[in-house]
Amino acid sequence: MRTDDTTPGRRRLLAGWGRANPTAATVRDVEPDELAAAVKDLPARGGIARGLGRSYGDPAQNAGGHVLRLAPANDHVAIDDDAGTVTAGGGVGIDDLLAILVPRGWFVPVTPGTRFVTIGGAIASDIHGKNHHREGSFGNHVTRLRLMLADGTVVDLAPEPAPGNDHELFWATVGGMGLTGVIVDATFRLIPIETSRMSVETHRLGHLDDVMDRMVESDADFRYSVAWIDLLARGKHLGRGVLTNGEHAVPDQLSPTAASDPLAYDGRQLVAVPPVVPPTGVINRLSVTAFNEVWYRRARTGRHVGVESIPAYFHPLDLVGGWNRVYGRSGFLQYQFVVPFGAEAVLRTVIERISAARLPIFLTVLKRFGAGNRGPLSFPMGGWTLAIDVATDRSGLAPLLRSLDDLVLGAGGRHYLTKDFHMTPADVRRGYPRLDEWRAVRDRVDPGGAWASDLSRRLELTD
Amino acid sequence: MQNALDEAQTIVLLGGTSEIGRAIVDELVSSSTRTLVLACRRPDEAGAERFARDGLNVVVEPFDAAATETHEGFARRLAAEHGDLDVVVLAFGVLGEQTEFDDDPGAAAAAVHVNYTGGVAASLAFAGVMRRQGHGRLVVLSSVAGERVRAANFVYGSSKAGLDAFAQGLGDSLAGTGVQVTVVRPGFVHSRMTRGMKSAPFSTTPRVVAELTVAGMRKGKHTVWTPGILRYVFSVLRHVPRPIFRRLPLG
Ligand SMILES: Cc1cc2nc3c(=O)[nH]c(=O)nc-3n(C[C@H](O)[C@H](O)[C@H](O)COP(=O)(O)OP(=O)(O)OC[C@H]3O[C@@H](n4cnc5c(N)ncnc54)[C@H](O)[C@@H]3O)c2cc1C
Repeated sequence: MRTDDTTPGRRRLLAGWGRANPTAATVRDVEPDELAAAVKDLPARGGIARGLGRSYGDPAQNAGGHVLRLAPANDHVAIDDDAGTVTAGGGVGIDDLLAILVPRGWFVPVTPGTRFVTIGGAIASDIHGKNHHREGSFGNHVTRLRLMLADGTVVDLAPEPAPGNDHELFWATVGGMGLTGVIVDATFRLIPIETSRMSVETHRLGHLDDVMDRMVESDADFRYSVAWIDLLARGKHLGRGVLTNGEHAVPDQLSPTAASDPLAYDGRQLVAVPPVVPPTGVINRLSVTAFNEVWYRRARTGRHVGVESIPAYFHPLDLVGGWNRVYGRSGFLQYQFVVPFGAEAVLRTVIERISAARLPIFLTVLKRFGAGNRGPLSFPMGGWTLAIDVATDRSGLAPLLRSLDDLVLGAGGRHYLTKDFHMTPADVRRGYPRLDEWRAVRDRVDPGGAWASDLSRRLELTD
Repeated sequence: MQNALDEAQTIVLLGGTSEIGRAIVDELVSSSTRTLVLACRRPDEAGAERFARDGLNVVVEPFDAAATETHEGFARRLAAEHGDLDVVVLAFGVLGEQTEFDDDPGAAAAAVHVNYTGGVAASLAFAGVMRRQGHGRLVVLSSVAGERVRAANFVYGSSKAGLDAFAQGLGDSLAGTGVQVTVVRPGFVHSRMTRGMKSAPFSTTPRVVAELTVAGMRKGKHTVWTPGILRYVFSVLRHVPRPIFRRLPLG
């Protein structure tokens, strides 16, 4: 019988990247060969896998239960240069992987805005990058994964229907927020690269219409595309922004010094935010207005082409360690949603409302998604996605987000589970109409409810 | 589970007819709230309609603070029936008449039993549930009457002093467990409990107490004075020599 686990001293407070609402769980660091024993040992409130804790909300927390952190086990990385694939353990970080892959002329198929995510976390959230419009999300590139089920057995899963392959479980695991089992390892396709640099085209655009028009026009021509929007700009500047399109550079584009070692890669952090930040944080309207102005002006008017490193292009925030502390003690959340193509007017209204609310928001990302995949809980679908970081202690934030939720859900859109920290069970059911299909698979493989998280309780995903 | 905006899904009010408790519930209920439990001695007086709204399940439960042996089972049953308990507001208590207590030690003991012993048992029962679930917010209504006890209501004041001290210690003992205890020290509150009494300086209303309580909880405060000025008033009063304190016109 599974029992309560309240052994003093074993519990630890855990939060997501947004640092809001920590809860206490027993955190266990497990080596691959200890995993089955750890799964057998789960208490009544179950367990959940945790990668590097880069999800903003509460999917990698399990109050009152166990949280299993897979050892990074970097020796469990096997590259198949002929097939152009890699097999890596679920606890391996993209950061470590890039250090191995890039010098050998390979790049991960999808990278989020930070390198500090694990392969398990990437699949469980079915993460997207700046290349979604062309190449889809992480799950699209996985050819095989091994999953440890609630009874401690490991199953081999592939995406296509085939005798003996539980492809439904594969797709329930992609985007399944760790609630189908622990991803032990996965094999996925890589992108061949000739250099470790990015050729980047930047456009400074004075208004939301310009940004969106330009994105529609240029999208098909570039592998990577993303826009930053100044959400404090108003009136005729509403939605002004900077669009960056990118490609992996070829040796000809590098300076002679860089070309001597075209695959050189250095992913070190430059600085760290000091551990002591005032409890109210340092993000306020003044500092953000100044930041946005600088960020906007930094991009030269019109079109500009340059060469950047992989960290500078894909992971600029990683250059500053622990930046999530600058929001102060009550933390922050990321509001990310997608609305289908055709709902541009809704996107505009959302941006107008956020701008009118004068929230100090400096991190905003606008992107266009290509078609979604078969995962019933996978977030991306063809449309526009906007992500904003906002401190949780702003008064009036709850009603504002509710009003935006209604717009988004009313337009047939949805919110990203790995970022969510405010939705209700009813919202998820509206945004993810295939939830019941997912639950059927999950109930089949975990009838006893061994896997649970704060997210699954809050949104009633599993019971 | 609470969300990042500190919106609770499940709220329990112990002392379901308490005006301050209900005002706190008004502040806490949001569109994320799914279940509200009003626990009171006389369920027929719970007035659940006042909280009725779409999507909110308002449950009335019989609960007797004096029946301390029932508290633990009650807390466990609520958790079993409604899932994780996000916020539990402990708002029961009796004021009583000091002059009656002077002549009736049994009545005084009964009042202290409800206010203190009942508070201890109920807090521990619900804190236990929250510790096991790894998160939760417990709000304990104390009173400035316990901060420096006056002759006019020393039975009540001493019971609140005990409860206040207990709740502070409980809060400290729960550090690191995900459970937070907020002790609220209202001054004189215009409510049914104090109707007909002479108002004291810096009196306030249940609504103001509720707003300050919820704001304090969200900031993670251990103690909330309402109104806030009382913190400073009492930092002085605490040190006033007794012969003078006794003669102060404190209502
Ligand atoms: C600065 C920043 C930028 C970001 N940019 C993007 C972006 O551009 N696109 C995007 O899609 N996301 C983005 N994210 C979100 C991030 O990519 C996801 O939250 C990712 O899942 C985090 O991985 P993790 O290893 O830290 O997982 P955690 O946060 O620890 O866990 C996330 C989920 O994965 C599950 N999980 C982890 N390991 C396993 C395993 N071995 N088996 C089964 N389940 C597991 C957990 O249970 C949990 O449900 C960003 C986050 C940050 C902080």
